[in-house]
Amino acid sequence: MERYVVLKEKYFNDFISSVAASGQKVFAPVAKGYNQYAFEEVTSGNQVAMDCIPTILPPKKFFMPQYETIATYDISNGQNMEPVMEYENIVLFGVHTCDLAGIQCLNMVFSEHPKDTNYLTRKNKILVIGYECNSYCDEYALCRLVHNHLPNGGYDLFFTNLENGSFIIHINTLIGEEFIGKFKNFKEADDSDIQVLGALRERRKKIFAKNEVPIEHEQIPELFNRVYDSKIWDELGKRCVACGNCTNVCPTCYCFDIIDESNLDLKTGRRYRRWDSCQNESFAKVAGGESFRAERSARQRHRYYRKFKYSIEKYSRFFCTGCGRCSRTCMAGINIKETLTKLVEEQGMKNPDAG
Amino acid sequence: MKILKPKDSEYEIKKGRILRVKKITDSEKLFEIVLPGGENLNHEPGQFVMISLLGVGEAPFSISSSPTKLGSFELVIRDVGKLTHALHRLKAGDEVGIRGPFGKGFPVHILEGSDLLFVAGGLGIVPLHSLINYAIDNRRDFGKVNILLGCGKPEDLLYSDELDEWTKRLDVNFECTVDRADSGWKGNVGLITSLIPGVNLDPVRTFAVVVGPPIMYKFVITELLEKGIPERQILVSLERHMKCGLGKCGHCQINGVYCCQDGPVFSYDKIKNIRESI
Repeated sequence: MERYVVLKEKYFNDFISSVAASGQKVFAPVAKGYNQYAFEEVTSGNQVAMDCIPTILPPKKFFMPQYETIATYDISNGQNMEPVMEYENIVLFGVHTCDLAGIQCLNMVFSEHPKDTNYLTRKNKILVIGYECNSYCDEYALCRLVHNHLPNGGYDLFFTNLENGSFIIHINTLIGEEFIGKFKNFKEADDSDIQVLGALRERRKKIFAKNEVPIEHEQIPELFNRVYDSKIWDELGKRCVACGNCTNVCPTCYCFDIIDESNLDLKTGRRYRRWDSCQNESFAKVAGGESFRAERSARQRHRYYRKFKYSIEKYSRFFCTGCGRCSRTCMAGINIKETLTKLVEEQGMKNPDAG
Repeated sequence: MKILKPKDSEYEIKKGRILRVKKITDSEKLFEIVLPGGENLNHEPGQFVMISLLGVGEAPFSISSSPTKLGSFELVIRDVGKLTHALHRLKAGDEVGIRGPFGKGFPVHILEGSDLLFVAGGLGIVPLHSLINYAIDNRRDFGKVNILLGCGKPEDLLYSDELDEWTKRLDVNFECTVDRADSGWKGNVGLITSLIPGVNLDPVRTFAVVVGPPIMYKFVITELLEKGIPERQILVSLERHMKCGLGKCGHCQINGVYCCQDGPVFSYDKIKNIRESI
């Protein structure tokens, strides 16, 4: 039995303040100026940027932190180390459907055997509240193409602005239900609210009517079967500056490095993991000096293949969530919509009506 | 921020005690290592371990001893980077951290009954040493054993004592070549590929096991196919950068394949269409 509740917009600030006052840390998109947004701690609803473009960094930063201690050590008396797992009980508010998909992708990676205990423990300490985009955030998004423009689970609660002065909230988990029960002003949704939601989703179908790249969703694997030797990768390689911005901001890029950091006593220290990027030249270099993806074109191709081909083979889903962050952040103007469109055109697979 | 101490972390290390260090060339040392309580590593030939020195780092190393050697295991390590340099300064009695064994090794149960052709280039003899000794220790279970070894210069040869023994054994055919000979060298001179055409083998009942530097594979595999050895009976072990050993960190990825979990041992028919593999 599905359950929806509604919250009047005028009570939203109070809701966020009440959660913060209850001792739960709340993180939500906050405006940073220059049309940039970041998930930061908030204590009142008026700090939250409600209808914003995707944040600079995706919520991945809460699930697999940029720097994560995995062990502490003390070598005063041999190789003694103790694994550690850092976590925080937090509420994540305002996660768009693209980013919910990103979290689902990370969950698959880290729950595949051999499992990652730290990730799996930490993810269950985070309450996820999604937020629906009633229209496109900007021209970089390609969420329709990868079918992430509508909610597909992965949240405890999901807010939709009904544009009539109220939010409707889908309660997806018992944890979400218990959470919402602690706060006032939530009312059971009635039939008319559900009808408004239905009408809104119908309107959204028209806004998100066509794929952002002229190819059918189901044709993408075939496209990537064909384009491994495309010259388009060389063009990308010529422009790419190998900065790694695209992978840092990607909600599904999870590669990491493991580094030891000694304290000044040179006896104690920590072993931590840190985000790494397949775009760095040294990423696939072995001790003898051989680099298996020495060319930037090969590294860019690897990034695209990890989003559209290898992930389909391994996890049966695209690891591109359609958020568009890689395009927004690229200093060289490499744009995923443009690249895909060029590949589609090169292969004669263009279908302007796709979607 | 709260902190838990997970009981079954994948990053937990076992303490290995160094039993013996032997300098074998100017740049390689052999380390014999004992696990706590003399526990066996319980590895397959071709698998690897992650070796740590806390404060310096962690890296993957092929296990060079056969699982038939009980109570300790061996690694042969070239002094080439920060961690290996620190390892080269260790003495008997010192400790290292160990995770693993990891990866898919050579499928010994499939190799049983077949003839074996080992092709080792340079440091490739290190992982192959494990399988060669496994085959020698279970000699009756395998067919003919041919070992071809190539390296740069005579002074780079590893395991020289054992090479002499392999030369003498009647149940092993051993051949060796160097790229550049010195005045004392009596043997073959030339690339490893030059030894393959002369090997007397029945291709249908032969498994070729090839390990060497990345550049070697294409040339050796061409020769082996020329001999008529089926693609699925050519096994290789691929070297890649690795950080976790758990199929997560991404460094060892070869197209869609994680070398640390899906490999490092692959049969040629499985990788011939994986473009970044060899």
